[in-house]
Amino acid sequence: MADVKKIATRESYGNALVELGAVNDKVVVLDADLAGATKSGTFKKAYPDRHFNCGIAEANMTDVAAGMATMGLIPFTSTFAMFAAGRAYEMVRNTIGYPHLNVKVCATHGGLSVGPDGASHQCNEDFGLMRTIPGMTVMCPSDDVEARKMVHAAAEMDGPVYIRFGRSAVPVYHDEDFKFEIGKAETLREGTDVAIIANGIMVPVALEAAETLAAEGINARVINMATIKPLDNEAVLKAAKECGKIITVEEHNIIGGLGEAVCGVTSEFCPVPVKRIGVPDAFGHSGDADEVLAEFGLSAENIVKVAKSF
Amino acid sequence: MTPEKKKELQLFAVRARKNVITSVHAAGSGHPGGSLSSIDYLTYLYNVEMRNLDPKNPKKADRDRFVLSKGHVCPGLYAVLAQCGFFPESDLLTLRKPGSHLQGHPNMNLTPGVDLSTGSLGQGVSAAAGMAKAAKFLGQDIRAYVLTGDGEIAEGQIWEALEFAAHYKLDNLCVAMDINGLQIDGATKDVMNMEPIDEKCKAFGCDVIKIDGHDFDQIEKAFEHFHANIGTGVPTVILMKTVKGKGVSFMENQAGWHGKAPNDKEFEQAMSELDAAEKEIKEA
Repeated sequence: MADVKKIATRESYGNALVELGAVNDKVVVLDADLAGATKSGTFKKAYPDRHFNCGIAEANMTDVAAGMATMGLIPFTSTFAMFAAGRAYEMVRNTIGYPHLNVKVCATHGGLSVGPDGASHQCNEDFGLMRTIPGMTVMCPSDDVEARKMVHAAAEMDGPVYIRFGRSAVPVYHDEDFKFEIGKAETLREGTDVAIIANGIMVPVALEAAETLAAEGINARVINMATIKPLDNEAVLKAAKECGKIITVEEHNIIGGLGEAVCGVTSEFCPVPVKRIGVPDAFGHSGDADEVLAEFGLSAENIVKVAKSF
Repeated sequence: MTPEKKKELQLFAVRARKNVITSVHAAGSGHPGGSLSSIDYLTYLYNVEMRNLDPKNPKKADRDRFVLSKGHVCPGLYAVLAQCGFFPESDLLTLRKPGSHLQGHPNMNLTPGVDLSTGSLGQGVSAAAGMAKAAKFLGQDIRAYVLTGDGEIAEGQIWEALEFAAHYKLDNLCVAMDINGLQIDGATKDVMNMEPIDEKCKAFGCDVIKIDGHDFDQIEKAFEHFHANIGTGVPTVILMKTVKGKGVSFMENQAGWHGKAPNDKEFEQAMSELDAAEKEIKEA
């Protein structure tokens, strides 16, 4: 870790929106009564006339954004992952995805790390829902620097984007001069014994696991796959060829997310064994975020265990 | 409205009805009932009401926008767009066929003149509200029009959209509801009674005008009502009493003609009725 500073990527989202507001007057932000939690409220403070609260009506918010996009605006919709990808799935699919409109669907509070709120709010299905929509870009940043750069990159590209930000503070390990590119994996650690492909809050955990494995003579490659779609097939296949086996780690159902995306590429072009660490097709429950994550195997200890038995 | 103008609109509308029957017959599937009930509204909208339309430049930035929330009645919209010159009328025969720009439900990226891809009910008012809000935000004098069905308004999102429109004072939004009283499973009052629709729309903060959706004088009056609301901060809802299948005797008021193509014999009969209606208008 270059830095032990911890910031939740939802904070990064709010701060990046303010940066964007200053340089792009087409950017507007919509929220559904969660501006405080999603941190779009940071943007609201800076640009009150460009922030539209839609009340607790996510379906409407999503289609309002679609309409705004047809008028040349770049709307960022903000709510929890459960509602952005779940409640409003069909609005995203039919009225943003199908016409390929320039809306950025930004979801906070994704995954088990929502913690005490429990299963109803722990959306472990959003990558799967969003990635099956044709033309959708799907991303999940691993720290503050990447999250901010991702928001800027999303605004710069024309087309629908889904980004999941996290609720809890995570270590900032990228330097400010880090160059983020949509669809490009980042190899954080070289190694050829096994490749660990992770995203979001699991990236620093994967790095921690790799350190432990190294001490035991296993050199793990660690790849930060911040873009789930379009997937960096080249990086996956390189890892498959050079490491021979892959572990995926994500705060998501093992069905539909990064793990299956990786399996899709390897099984077709370079079949190697893949172990998927994620939520094993189950609902979460209330509890301290770290405890719930650990229970479902989303811990450095479990990654080490899986790698050693692989 | 002058008698000449009204006659011109009536002739346009009957031609559009013939185009609906012809295209749905050629496709072998589609939704004639609601297309026919909304034709007079669409005819007036595209010939008189909407501003800055240019068939040669369908994406003209300052044009008024229209969202067909009840996207399944696109045979009606396609007929009107073709007759306005957005694409050749002969294209209508390709409806719902592979390679055609005329999809079973509207696609804004394929069909010139279509402002939003629609088809999944309940979403159009939200999108039109987004257009209206964007126009206000950008300081542009652009109006957003949207047409829903009456079965469609059972979708809760319609009401989310109306509350949004009222909250943000979208007086440049004009919502029309095609109240033909029928939906796929039968009479709207039996499937899911939404009455009193006028009171509900009013309670959601909209100004409501009720008209006969087949009477051009009343349609004109309704839009004048909308124009008068601009500047007041109040969105307009036009409740149009219409006849499903209007203009074809055996389709009128029959839920069964919601989404069914006429066979050859039915096609002949429908066309002969519409030909007779056209002749009558011409000779009047």
